Formats: sequence, structure tokens, C-alpha cells
Amino acid sequence: MNENWIEVCNTGDIERADVMRFDYDGRTFAIYRTDEDTYFATDGLCTHAQVHLAGGFVMDHIIECPKHNGRFDFTTGKAKGAPACVDLKTHRVKVEAGKVFLHPE
Amino acid sequence: MQVPITKRDYSLVGRETKLAEERGLANAEWYSCKISRQRLKELMQRRDGPAIRDTLLWFGLLILSGTLGYRMWGTWWAVPCFIVYGVIYSSSSDSRWHESGHRTAFKTDWMNDVLYEIASFMVFRESVPWRWSHTRHHTDTIIVGRDPEIAVPRPPDLLGIALSFFSLNKAPKEFSKMLRHCFGRLTPAEETYIPDEERHKVYRNARIYILIYATVITWAIAIRSIVPLMYVGLPTFYGSWLMVVFGLTQHAGLAEDVLDHRLNCRTVYMNPIFRYLYWEMNYHVEHHMFPMVPYHALGKLHQELKADMPRPYNGLWEAYREIIPVTLRQVKEPTYFVRRQLPANVKPVPSLEPA
Repeated sequence: MNENWIEVCNTGDIERADVMRFDYDGRTFAIYRTDEDTYFATDGLCTHAQVHLAGGFVMDHIIECPKHNGRFDFTTGKAKGAPACVDLKTHRVKVEAGKVFLHPE
Repeated sequence: MQVPITKRDYSLVGRETKLAEERGLANAEWYSCKISRQRLKELMQRRDGPAIRDTLLWFGLLILSGTLGYRMWGTWWAVPCFIVYGVIYSSSSDSRWHESGHRTAFKTDWMNDVLYEIASFMVFRESVPWRWSHTRHHTDTIIVGRDPEIAVPRPPDLLGIALSFFSLNKAPKEFSKMLRHCFGRLTPAEETYIPDEERHKVYRNARIYILIYATVITWAIAIRSIVPLMYVGLPTFYGSWLMVVFGLTQHAGLAEDVLDHRLNCRTVYMNPIFRYLYWEMNYHVEHHMFPMVPYHALGKLHQELKADMPRPYNGLWEAYREIIPVTLRQVKEPTYFVRRQLPANVKPVPSLEPA
């Protein structure tokens, strides 16, 4: 099990209410830190136009795509209305010893 | 020997569409001015306050001018009342449609959605097709064969531009599309940018729009008066002119097929009244580059980016001193366009326009 967890960054590397891009093994992910200091991860590209969500804007549990303002709930991956119509894939995240780990699904 | 006028294919299903895709212009990566993540996050913050204030004032002006127009009906005093009503109803609804469509007007999402539906009806744009049309406009801004919102294709249709001030060309086209949607059909262009799962909403909303218009027309016939139509329907024709005045400044005469908004959008300084009516859309380069920044922060964004931007236009007069001669020249010389001058130390993204 442990071998599937990938170290992403230190916990302080992402500001609260922000998002970071993380590329691994030919895939791109978006790692989120909420205002309440919890971490989440989704696929890194918007399902609408394949734009990197890491350039987007975090509002509570919503990530807004920087190109067309498509929105997703990054805790569930749920698309929140046009032009985002297809849900995002989510991935498990854990924090251990001050580091953020990702488990790509 | 006369040089033939080159007419490009602006449809979204023609040869230019294929060309744009082959040249890497579709869904491409665009130039973005440098700004710190921290500052951008500050500017992207959403607020309800400014848009609630502005929207209450907007509806207040609409109700006041409409009520005065009703009371003055039959006298010349009704004319200025309906000029104001028409501009608020049909021109400034464009900017409300636009900002709420991006969901940046309010922080609270349902407020954006309510304003979007109301403003879409007022500006005579079906809410669902136009949301997707505008999404494509942001993906492929002024890319021929991809952007459905190129207001002045080359060579410019001068009669069409003149008619557009009174919506005499656009409204019949929109109405025809609305009827088509009522019968559950899209245009070939719409099929390229409206996804399947959204199409039932297009048909439903078109039927609602037609029902409203049919009700107002029936009412006008029943009371043998055009008064009801002065409030719903006719403002599209007598009140759209300011939307065109503002809207043409956005892209007319600038480069096509470039991946740099500094070269195909205009930022025009405007007075506070115009900026209120236009909801700061005069900062058009900034809006296209960072569409997540709400209207009330675009002026601040402009200050952050202006060192990396072409010189803004100092008012509508200066913008039109460029737009009018360029448009006239493009009638005979369609490949001509305005080359925006970037600051001396800034290199433009390569243009794919003819040299």
C-alpha cells in the first residue's frame, strides 16, 4: 500500500485556500489546501477545455478554472455548472510528518 | 488589374476552421502578463456588495425611467424617458449578461445565475447558446473559423454595422434561431460548441422566451397600443445603440489569428458613467487575459499589468479615431489591420497574420 503514496511537497508549500500543480509519471494533478488546513487532490486539467486548474481560484471547496470560469467541488470532483459539465477525478491525499502525499487512482 | 478582395470564411464549420486547427490556433496557449500569484488572488476575490449596489441602482433606473415614460406617454417628454429605459434595458444589459455569465459579478452563485437569465432575456440573447458561444470566444478570441463572436469580419459589412446600432440585422437572426430551438434543432455552428447534455436547456428556454414575447404581443394587440412593446421587445431596436458603441471598441480592426490578447483587444479609458453602464468591460485586454478577475477589480488589474501592455486608448473618441478609418480601409483592403505597439522592452508573441 505504502509504495503507492507519492510525496508531493511540504505542507507549507501550498498556501491556505490555494492550489498547486503536481506532475508525476506523465500525469498532472491539482493539490488543494483549504482554509481549514485540509488537503485534497484532483486531476490537474479542467474536464471542459483541458486547462491546468492550478492557475485557477480556490473559493471554499470550489476550484474555478482560469480560462472559462468552470467550477468544480474539489472535495468530490463534482462539476458545478456550465462550462464544466463532466466531473473531475479525485485522488486520496494524506499528510504525514509535515509532508503531503498523493495516492493516484 | 484589379486586386480581388480576399474574403475569409468566418463560419465555424468551413475551411478556416480546419486551417485554424492545423495551425495550432484552436484551444491554444495564450500569452499572459506576469503577475504574482498573491496579487492575482487578491484581485480575484469575489464580493456581493458592489454588484448588489450596482444591480439595485440598475433596476431602480429601469423602473424610474419606465414609470416616467408611462406617465409622459403621448407627450414629447416620453422620448428622453424611453431613451434612458432603452439604454438600460438593451445596452447595459450586455455587460450584466457578460459579467454574470462569467460568474464574477457576485460572490453568491445563485445571484449570478438569476442576473444572467434576466440580462440574457433583456439583451435578446438566449442564455444557454450564448454562454457556450462566449466560452468559445474566450478559448479562441478572434481566431477565424473558431470564434463565433467576431463582430466585424473582414471585409467589413458597413450596412450591417449601421443596422446593428438598431439591431435590425441581429434581432431577426436571433429570433430565427430562437424559433429553430423551439423545434428542438441547433444551427450547424452551435452543434460545434454546445454539448449534448446542455441542449435540452436551449430548447426549453427558447420556448419560454417565445411564450413571453407572444404574451406581450397579444397584450399589445388586445389593448391596441404599442405601450407594452415599448417595455419588452422594442427596446432591442431602440435601445441597443450604446451596446454597439461600446462593443465595437473591443476588437474591431485589430489582428486576427494571434495568441496574444494585447494585439487583438482594446483597453479604453472611460468616464465613471460609461464604466458603470459597461461594468468596466473597457478594460478588455485585462478581462480576456484574466477572466477570473471581477469587474470591480479590473481597474486595479490594469494598474498591475500596464507596463506590459500597449498604450490604452484615452476615451471612446480616440478609439473611434482609429476604428472608423481602419474599418473603411478594410472594405477595400481586408488584410489590413491595426498593429498594436507593445512597450519597447516587450516582445510580442509571433503573429500568424500576413506581414
